This record gives sequence, structure tokens and C-alpha cells, in this order.
Amino acid sequence: MAATKKTASKKFVEPRVKVVNGQYKVSGNFHRIIPNTPIYNEKNKLCGVTNPRELTHIHSYGGEAIFFESVPKGKLMGAQCVNPDCEFPGTIWIPFRSCCADCLTRNKPVDITKVAQETGTVHSFMVTERTGAFNTLEIPIKFINVEFTHPNIDTILMGYLSYGEPEIGMRVVPIFKKKNPTFTITDLSWVPLGTPKSKLPKDFSF
Amino acid sequence: MITFSKEQLKIPKMSRDVYLVTAGESEFRRAFPEKRQEELAIDALTMAAELIGTTPAKLKKFIHTCYYGYFADHFGDQLLGEAVIHDRLGLDPLGNVGIKTGGATGGSALWEAVKAVASGYSDCTLALGWERMDEVPTDEGNNYIACAADKDWETPMGHIYTGYYAVMAQRYWQIFGKSEPSFRETMAKIAVKNRGYAIHNPFAQGPMKITVKDVLESPIVAYPLRALDCCLMSVGSACCIVADKKTAYKLTDDPLLVHVGAGSHSLRVADRRDMQIPLLPHETKEQYADLGKRFPGGDRYPGFSGFLAARMACHYAYGMAGVKDPTKDLDFVELHDAFTISDIQSYEDVGIRPYGEGRTYVESGDCYVINPKTKKPGKLPANPSGGLIGCMHAVGATGLMQVCECGLHLWKKHADIHGSEARWRSFGKKKPRNWQDLTIKGAKRALAISHAGVGSHVTATIVERPEARLKGGK
Repeated sequence: MAATKKTASKKFVEPRVKVVNGQYKVSGNFHRIIPNTPIYNEKNKLCGVTNPRELTHIHSYGGEAIFFESVPKGKLMGAQCVNPDCEFPGTIWIPFRSCCADCLTRNKPVDITKVAQETGTVHSFMVTERTGAFNTLEIPIKFINVEFTHPNIDTILMGYLSYGEPEIGMRVVPIFKKKNPTFTITDLSWVPLGTPKSKLPKDFSF
Repeated sequence: MITFSKEQLKIPKMSRDVYLVTAGESEFRRAFPEKRQEELAIDALTMAAELIGTTPAKLKKFIHTCYYGYFADHFGDQLLGEAVIHDRLGLDPLGNVGIKTGGATGGSALWEAVKAVASGYSDCTLALGWERMDEVPTDEGNNYIACAADKDWETPMGHIYTGYYAVMAQRYWQIFGKSEPSFRETMAKIAVKNRGYAIHNPFAQGPMKITVKDVLESPIVAYPLRALDCCLMSVGSACCIVADKKTAYKLTDDPLLVHVGAGSHSLRVADRRDMQIPLLPHETKEQYADLGKRFPGGDRYPGFSGFLAARMACHYAYGMAGVKDPTKDLDFVELHDAFTISDIQSYEDVGIRPYGEGRTYVESGDCYVINPKTKKPGKLPANPSGGLIGCMHAVGATGLMQVCECGLHLWKKHADIHGSEARWRSFGKKKPRNWQDLTIKGAKRALAISHAGVGSHVTATIVERPEARLKGGK
């Protein structure tokens, strides 16, 4: 156990990843060893142990990376099927997907920010004060599902409302975390149409 | 839009009949600090053996391949858990495989076990499922469950799965429930019923005598869903043994025919494009022509109110069993009541009620063992086990527990098993003084729905007494 304690007390260095020659090159600590502890029952008999650990995963966005890269630039990207022989040619997928689900050809990224600004509408919503572990959103979270009016868009994007109270049919516009982005879906949020700039959360803008 | 080819809609035709020989389940609890998962799996298999008057050792001699279901490696903190369980059950060196389809894992494990027998690869197979959800705190557990949503597009939104159902509840309540408080009360009645039925089930984790008011005043988890609208987080195991006719009758003189169909839909509700409602045998296109007029906003299918995967699973299973109208042809159902709202949604997907009219199944009293309005048996009782809300949701075991419970009624063993003082005692419980026999008298055919995520995978299992086989079954 002494050796474990020694390892656990090492200075933690934030994990970082670069891509070099097509390979991940990692630095820092991707896991941290924490000593385990025994679990006793009411009669003080051993019935188990804790198995603590902290670790960091690496994750590739692959062909969807352009979506997450565009959000902090104030752009909402969809993915359009450009195969004229597709059963449903011209479909714009949002959530963005690399390939068309119908014909499996590579989609073309298209900027749908204007469509979202001009037609974004709440399809449904919910409000929660309870979250699972690792939540980073402010509580209460107001989930909204946003539908768009466009002949080629037939899907409904999940998001969260950062100002006001949601209701079905409410017109909403996207806001983007342009400062200190996380490059996750939480960089994209929504506010009711007409929300003043002063009411946007820190680091977000239209 | 999704369109289907004739080939995709083909009703599966098995090469030979498959029979449910026996089934078993462990007790279900929120936590078992002093029991390993393997011990619970052994409890389930032992019950299955005892149910047909044999021993686990003798029963094992018939098993040829094994299909193991558990939803999350994370929860058990054990990759390849199927190898651990298989070893502890003493079934090496038989072939086995792990099955993972989220909340539908139990149903999917059975689906595979049935196909193995139907194909002739095996004459007798074991489908066994489990989940160990007590070895992380509840918020960590909620995070793990939310990891079954899309990790880039959905999970970061609060890491709580209930939220994904809450948006469905909101939309359904406003469109089909017309925003009426009475609809919210109907949802609550499901929680009252299922937790009430669990009082009479010794295996159940969440028995409660509650009222509609209790449900409506319970803490909000994700508005409009409250704590008592939600299923349990459980630990436990369940299993089914299936076999061909010859082997089945060697093991028991009372096997049941079993048919399983499966369907799927996108993991993200966001990706569900508007499409035509696939019809079940008793439905017509005309009956949905004015759906949007009767329920403004309700003409988008499946939208946020239907589960296409459940509809497809029933298309295949009803075709295999020859079910034309579920309310007429089935005697009871065990539905996947993960949340009160999803229970109502499922009534429509499986064809108990037309789309838009699910609430009437509860409000008419048809879904009760004894209809509270007529004081007579309900037309099609739902979840006499207590379901996921009252009995358990040990995810990988759930679909198998449901089929086990269906079997107990059809085998006329339900009262003996649920009413046994010794069984209550063995679980450290006292048989309630007001214990009721919830046996569905004369039941010949039942349906169990096993459902994943917000409808990504669904299986429909029909078990029926062989002498009551419907005409038209494949």
C-alpha cells in the first residue's frame, strides 16, 4: 500500500494529446491511482472494497469535427446529401453526420446558421434540477428540441435554453460560445428570439 | 422518411417451433452489499430448475449454447462479464455470447437464444441476464445510463436520461393529452397501479401503496416527470430456457410456444424523420387520416410520441404468432414501463390502442387485473409483476424477468411462486397480510416488451400455450 500512496502523491499533470504522423502523441497523466478502501457490514465483517480511479479518454470526432470546430466561430453546420441517385436527394442532416443514412455517400457540410436564426422553434422541452455525474451545464437545465422550417431538413436538434422559460412553439435563435470554447455540443445554446445581448451567458454571443 | 421493402417486412419463419421450457429470477434490490452478481445468476437458474422439478446440475446437461445479457460493462466494472458468469454457472466449455442492446438487452438475449434453437444449431439454450447498478452512487449511475445516449450530441446535456423522456412526456401531454391535468393524473395512475402490484410480488424491489396525489407531489426529476413516475435502479438476474419440441417435452410436460420479433430506430430522437405510420393487422390507413386534425401537431410520426422500433417488433412477432388484434388475442401484457409516459406511448405502438388514444387504456380500467370501474377482470391487464416501476429494472435482466413472469401465469404457477411464505422469508421479507393472488385466470397468451433507450431497440416476445396456438402463426 505504501507504494500506492507514493504514486498517488505524485504531482498531477493535465493530460494533453497531439496528432503526430497520424498517431496520437500523449503527455501528462491520463490516469491517477487512488488507494482503495475496505467496506464492512454492520457486524464489521469485510464485504467488499472501493475501486477508485480517474482516467481520461481520447475521442475522435472524425468527419463530424467540422461541426464542433464551427460552433465557436458562430456557425451551425448541417450535412447535406449530394448524391443525385439517393432515395431522398438533398437531405440536410442536423445533427451533422458524415455520410447520408440513406445512400451512405459522403455528405457535404452546409452552413444552416441563417435557417436556424430565422426558423428555429421549440418542438418540446423539459426542465431539470437533477443531473448525472459530470454535468457542466448550469442548473436548472432547460432542454429544448429545436425544429427548423426548411424543405430539406426533417430532423429535430436537441439543445438547451440559456435564457427565459421554454414553451412549445417558442421562436429561438442559436448562440455560440465563442470565448473559451469546449468544442463540445455545450458550446451551442439557444435563447428566445429578441433576447438582448446583455442577457447572454458569459462567453456566448449571437 | 423511412420506407420499407417487401423483403424488410417479411414475417420471420422459423425452421422449427421453439418452446419456453422454464424460467427463473432472483430477488431484486437497490443494493446487494453481500452478494456477488454470480450468486444472483445462480439464484435465477436454480429457480428455473426447481420450477420443472429438477436440479440445476441436471438442467445444465441439456443446455447447448448460452446467451448472456448485461447492459453496461461500466456498472459491473467488468469487461467480458459473460465469461465470469458462464464459468460460475459451470457451463464451460459450451459456446456463449454476450448481448448488449441497452434496456432491451434481456429481450435481445432471448431473441438470440430462440433463433439458435429454431435454426437447429442448438436443441436447448439458456438466455440469462443481469445488472449490477449498486456499485456506483446514483448520480454516477445516471451518468452511465446517459452514456447510452449519443455521447457527442446528447449525453453532455445534463448526463441524465430521464430528461430525454421528459421532452417526450411534455410533447405527448400537450398534443395528445391536450395539456389537461387529467392526462397527468392518468400517467400517475400507472405508477400507483404498478407499485401497488409489486406489493404482492416477493421478488419486487419497489412495492408501495401510494395515491395519485403522492405521485403528483413526488420530487421533480425532469419536469414533467417526477420521482414516482420513474422506474427503479436495480440489481438482480433472470433467465429463460428454450428448446425444440422434443427436448422441451423431455424436460417438462408443460412447455410454452415462444415467438420473438425485434425492431430498432435511431439512438437520437433528433434523427427521427417524419414517415407514414406502419400499420398493424387490425389498423387501417383511414383511421389515422385525421390524426393531425384531432390532435393538432400530432400528425408527425413517430415524432416525440411514438416508438417505431416497438411497432416493428410487434409487426414481426404478431405475424409469427398469428396475432391479429392484441386486445382480443392476448390475455395480458408485461410492458417496459421505464416511465409512466413511455408506458402510455407503448400502448399505441403495440396496438392496444390507436395512436393518440393511449390514455383510454388506463382510464377505461382495461389495463388492471381487476377493472376498478367494473370490479370485473380487466380486458387486458398490464404489468401484474409491478413492471419496471414497481418490480425492478436491473437492465440486462428486465426483459427476461418479464417473460418469466408471463410464464408463471401461463403455467398456473404464479400464485404458488408469489404466494409462498417460504419464498418471502428467504428474501428476508414478510408476506403481506393483504397479499393478493394476481394470477390472470385462464391466460393462454401474453406479450412482453423489452425496450432500449428512447426506443433504439425493442423486442416483442409472445408466449402461448401450445393448445391455444392461433391460426396463421408461422
